Amino acid sequence: MFRFLLGRLAVLIPTFIGVSIIAFSFIRLLPGDPVALLSGERVMSPERHAEISHQLGFDRPIVVQYLDYLWGVLQGDFGLSIVTKRPVIDQFLELFPATVELSLCAIIFAVVVGIPAGVIAAIKRGSIFDQIIMGTALVGFSMPIFWWGLLLIIVVSGILQWTPVSGRISLMFFFPSVTGFMLIDSLLSGQEGAFQSAFSHLVLPTIVLGTIPLAVIARQTRSAMLEVLSEDYVRTARAKGLSTFRVVGIHALRNAMIPVVTTIGLQIGVMLAGAILTETIFSWPGIGKWMVDSVFRRDYAVIQGGLLIIAGVIMLVNLAVDLLYGLINPRIRH
Amino acid sequence: MTEVTATTPISTDPSRRARLAEFWYYFSENRGAVIGLIFFLFLVLLAICAPLIAPHDPTIQYREAVLLPPFWQEGGRAAFLLGTDAVGRDMLSRLIYGTRFSLFVGVIVTTLSLVGGILIGVIAGYFRGWVDTVIMRIMDIILAFPSLLLALVLVAVLGPGLTNAMIAIALVFQPHFVRLTRAAVMTEKTRDYVVAAKVAGAGHLRLMFKTILPNCMAPLIVQATLSFSSAILDAAALGFLGMGAQPPTPEWGTMLAEAREFILRAWWVVTLPGLAILATVLAINLMGDGLRDALDPKLKRS
Repeated sequence: MFRFLLGRLAVLIPTFIGVSIIAFSFIRLLPGDPVALLSGERVMSPERHAEISHQLGFDRPIVVQYLDYLWGVLQGDFGLSIVTKRPVIDQFLELFPATVELSLCAIIFAVVVGIPAGVIAAIKRGSIFDQIIMGTALVGFSMPIFWWGLLLIIVVSGILQWTPVSGRISLMFFFPSVTGFMLIDSLLSGQEGAFQSAFSHLVLPTIVLGTIPLAVIARQTRSAMLEVLSEDYVRTARAKGLSTFRVVGIHALRNAMIPVVTTIGLQIGVMLAGAILTETIFSWPGIGKWMVDSVFRRDYAVIQGGLLIIAGVIMLVNLAVDLLYGLINPRIRH
Repeated sequence: MTEVTATTPISTDPSRRARLAEFWYYFSENRGAVIGLIFFLFLVLLAICAPLIAPHDPTIQYREAVLLPPFWQEGGRAAFLLGTDAVGRDMLSRLIYGTRFSLFVGVIVTTLSLVGGILIGVIAGYFRGWVDTVIMRIMDIILAFPSLLLALVLVAVLGPGLTNAMIAIALVFQPHFVRLTRAAVMTEKTRDYVVAAKVAGAGHLRLMFKTILPNCMAPLIVQATLSFSSAILDAAALGFLGMGAQPPTPEWGTMLAEAREFILRAWWVVTLPGLAILATVLAINLMGDGLRDALDPKLKRS
């Protein structure tokens, strides 16, 4: 296991360095003067330009600049936002819990609906249930989620008036952020109706973000299940006269879950890409919306820092999934 | 069956015709795939004949007919079958012209990423060693970013527009083709027929592209259909975020972005472009499932 971890790290570290080089060179590839871009000042005298250039360290050799940048990054310094003049990492940490809360709810939704749907489709293979479930899954898989979000807003928020259109909680409520998760914070605040408000704000974004993972998980569960159901030990279990429920629930499902767990892990990157669209539609104050807003505000320091942090988070999550997978399935360690 | 073999170019190689017949046999067994194929051909026809079919010019603004509903609703007019948008452009014509952009995006992105991915992947899988290591590390770096975020930032660097969006998406999709090609080349490389060709004196280029590559195509074709539909989705998403095709281009994602503020007032300006994207992507994915069943014998039973 230790060697497995070392092997993973040996791949991860050069990748992270590569990612940091991309984030570093990004600001220098942009059309325009990086000094003007980073300082946010449009018109400046040559003296002022030289002064800022010196301040930002642009007058040094590029390799020194990069190493300096990398050293800063390793100490958690990702630069200052051009617009707000606040450290990028502070803004990230402030907004990240909102994205994590949304993504967690979406993945739970996808797993809770997707796995049973896939199992039913596999057991009733070829039946009308199977066809309906797999047809729906393919539609979900093909869904432009930005449109799906707008559609849900029209029907659920507009016509039925069941849920609010945007944000994390109604403006009536105000309480300190303890965990950063609105569902938990609203419960802790003890204010009446706060939890209901937070919950109703979360419903539509969860469905929208969870749709594609749900479809992928349902399809993957069905094919993994079909594979396992044709194995000898399942036939033996059936021959022993065990009920379908026991055969499927205890013997088959456990083994079918191994590929499904990998699929769930792979969905995390998909989630963060989906969060860009979902958060934009629902004005959800998370990192996806933050990045889109920064692109439009031309806040290059945030884009640069945000790219690196997000890539770092995804790499760490993938490492965790790999290790977890190594624990469940000893065969892949070698 | 006979029709199909008749339309395929006559080949002197009987095994090739047999393979095509077998392919069509499995593909046509999948009802969804055939429906997808028919719908896709319909879209291609629509895209090619757009100027003949569309009742109006997609960019002409009819000032006296702003936000008209489709003809079956009260206030709709027969001249604008699916209504008009906020500046009085005919929805139906814009949707028909939009087919062109989406299919074009799919073709260009898939071609770029497929050709680039195959070249790089064959080199990595064939030569192995440090070449392979360097290539795969670069691919890992690209894959470390969420694809849409990387595409968004790339477009921000290159400048918003459909061309740059296509380049960005192709770049982001490339690693999947590289990985698939490399894996396939590595398994094929040690087979007897490759060794035989090598002993017979075939050079590196011939071995790579003539001997090995044709036997690695099945997973690549399946991945190509998948990236065709994903490219359409991602280009529409970039258009929706304002970073893809720019107004007044009748691209479906851009149309949705322009329609956002009317979602609670005029359902058709929001619903129809999205429906067009969904139907197109669904048709291609149905075809993709059929292709996978027909090309990959391991998956044939599921």
